[in-house]
Amino acid sequence: MKAIIENLMNGIIKSNPVLVLLLGLCPTLAVSTSIDNAFGMTAAVLFVLISSNIIVSLIRKFTPERVRIPVFIVIIATLVTIVDLSMQAFLPALSKSLGIFIPLIVVNCIILGRAEAFASKNKLPNSIMDALGMGIGFGIAITIISFFRQVIGTGDLTIFDIKILQVPGLIDNPMSIFILPMGAFLVVSILIATLRYTGVINSG
Amino acid sequence: MDNLFAIFISMALINNLVLSKFLGLCPFFGVSKKLSNAISMGLAVIMVMMAASIVSWFLYFHLLIPFGIGYMSTVIFILVIASLVQILELTIRRTNVTLYNSLGIYLPLITTNCAVLGITFINVRTGYNLIETIVSALGAGVGFTLVLAIMSGIRERLELADIPESFKGIPVAFLVAMMLGICFIAFSGMV
Repeated sequence: MKAIIENLMNGIIKSNPVLVLLLGLCPTLAVSTSIDNAFGMTAAVLFVLISSNIIVSLIRKFTPERVRIPVFIVIIATLVTIVDLSMQAFLPALSKSLGIFIPLIVVNCIILGRAEAFASKNKLPNSIMDALGMGIGFGIAITIISFFRQVIGTGDLTIFDIKILQVPGLIDNPMSIFILPMGAFLVVSILIATLRYTGVINSG
Repeated sequence: MDNLFAIFISMALINNLVLSKFLGLCPFFGVSKKLSNAISMGLAVIMVMMAASIVSWFLYFHLLIPFGIGYMSTVIFILVIASLVQILELTIRRTNVTLYNSLGIYLPLITTNCAVLGITFINVRTGYNLIETIVSALGAGVGFTLVLAIMSGIRERLELADIPESFKGIPVAFLVAMMLGICFIAFSGMV
């Protein structure tokens, strides 16, 4: 039981995929313009990550060593296609704003990385917990980044059409550079440096 | 002709893959520590990008669409890229050993480079014809190489700079990327 909790917590803080391992940077930076997008991306990644870890862990005994990478990629690509089509059908607006980054989950290094480094060597329950931890870690990182970008860049905190907060000075004169791509680089840089300075994560 | 030139400039500078579309960030931060490595990686990416775009264009418009299985594009494109990378690696190893020694280790990394898969999707979704696809892939590759080379030049200098402990390594690289991005905004009036 203790090991299982450890697997879960490992991905959330100590080896957070985005902030410590620096995997899956492309989707993190690209879709973090609003919290809605961040939640949508997290849900998609979580589904693909957990399902691929489950499948890879189940077939690990009879996957030949030499063809394992192509096998993993085909499994992941199939799962991503499922997510892509379901999102187009049920959440067309979200699917449109995430755009090309839904099919690009296939090459998100977090997913292939966990399949190769963890699920292909570990039992099913541990693999599920590992995927859950990594997925939540990814979700937390992308939500924090998109929070800062949305609030500073638009002065408006609206999650799924619910107005939560409107920053008085910023709403009229938003610092729109935070919504532009450069803002993402700035926020991530300061976030990682702050977390290192306060000792939450080790400097790599 | 004007149109093709516009596509090239737009892909290479204005909609630069790394700085405005966030594609290919892993090699951008991973391989940008030395100028020579950056240029080798860039050349390998240009080759794979053009080959992958051409093959996936044919497959998408002449196989997937006529048979009504456009939804298979994700699976097909990633397989195309993975096999192209393998073929390219074998061909280069057989024909040009010097080239293989300098590009060899970067080729396998390209399979999971989202810039390559991204550009095939961008080309297919924008509905470019074959010539436009080739030009757009070339432009994207050149833009990627350019930014990678600039970045590595700056990072070579950063090695010697006095940086606060918590900013060392990746955070300062992100800051540099931000400033590069601001410089590249200046190109947006060109087309």
